[in-house]
Amino acid sequence: MYELNYKKAKSIDEATKAVGASGDNKFLAGGMTLIPTLKQRLAKLKDVVDLSGIPDLVGIKVDGKTVTIGAMTPHAQVAASPDVKKAIPALAKLAGGIGDPQVRNRGTIGGSISNNDPAADYPSAILGLGATVHTNKRAIKGDEFFKGMFETALQQGEMVTKVEFPVPEKASYMKFPNPASRYAIVGVFVSKTGNNVRVAVTGAGPVVFRQGEMEKALSSNFTPAAIEKIAHKADGLNADIHASAEYRAHLVGVMAKRAVAEANG
Amino acid sequence: MPTVSMTVNGKKTSAEVEGRTLLVQYLREKLGLTGTHVGCDTSQCGACTVHINGLPIKSCTILAQQCEGQNVLTIEGLAKDGKLHPMQEAFRENHALQCGFCTPGMVMASIGIVDRHRKDSLDEKTVRHELEGNLCRCTGYHNIVKAILAAYPVMKG
Repeated sequence: MYELNYKKAKSIDEATKAVGASGDNKFLAGGMTLIPTLKQRLAKLKDVVDLSGIPDLVGIKVDGKTVTIGAMTPHAQVAASPDVKKAIPALAKLAGGIGDPQVRNRGTIGGSISNNDPAADYPSAILGLGATVHTNKRAIKGDEFFKGMFETALQQGEMVTKVEFPVPEKASYMKFPNPASRYAIVGVFVSKTGNNVRVAVTGAGPVVFRQGEMEKALSSNFTPAAIEKIAHKADGLNADIHASAEYRAHLVGVMAKRAVAEANG
Repeated sequence: MPTVSMTVNGKKTSAEVEGRTLLVQYLREKLGLTGTHVGCDTSQCGACTVHINGLPIKSCTILAQQCEGQNVLTIEGLAKDGKLHPMQEAFRENHALQCGFCTPGMVMASIGIVDRHRKDSLDEKTVRHELEGNLCRCTGYHNIVKAILAAYPVMKG
């Protein structure tokens, strides 16, 4: 790791001032991606500004219609929350499948979506549930948040403060994890509220995306059979040592069908 | 250089560190607590697992300064008055180690597994799932799982 200065902020205001307009400084959430990135010298920073001392950023709030998760809430808390399990069990399941227990004790939803790893789990829930991402400056629709590989709508110095998920009628998340890292080779999040169906795919492409053809088919018939014949195209999908683009394309269909089956209970 | 202070195994500790100093470096190099191992150094293997405020984490993936004022427990802090912790005893009893390199991290992670299930029950499937963050290169998982299941009722009391 290159040399850096560690700073700890006590408030959102203090943190955004400390990071400022310079790209040389970054917010430090759980650090589960940032610290390994720094260790590999893939990034060089002047200051890291730790957000763990800001109580406003932590917590889970559930009312009848929404589940709101503070940006610095670790995955383990979301996974274990009886309120989340009751309101959106798919979200608790997703959080409980990220990395491993030690990672889940540190990693946060705000860090995960701000980093926007193409194989991260949470982006699929943001898109798959139509969540709203709140920052210190504005509210961003989930559909407009993820821009490209490791790229989001966030500007320098802008910080995710909380994520608001609408409670769906039904939802499920299914992933085919990389057996070593537990990142999604392909993960599919489906949700249904009335005739509004969302199918969000992570791990398969450079950035999380919605599968419109499947959404359309499922909106009139929410069963695995409805998407049986939809073959996702391999064009533009990721290919690496873990899986070819064709294999990932196939997994999109398999995981989507399994997710619909689970959502239907 | 900044100074960092934290409680480690019940004792107050303090040392000068760099901003980039990791918790595992603080434990091993500043405090001489070399029971916490560095295996992969990439947050995969779990050999560096310690507890912060009762929760298992990977000490190779957290800066020492992030632990300011926190309560850290390492493998050296488990045995009391010459008596092994029930999890250590279960590892010994079940021969849950071969070379021993992963063992400190395995034991710390295993205590975390038991802690998470104190109020319900614990089966083999759950143990195997929750051991995902720890790798044993001697492939000794079978006896490790046995040890955790053996320690569970003892720790639950």
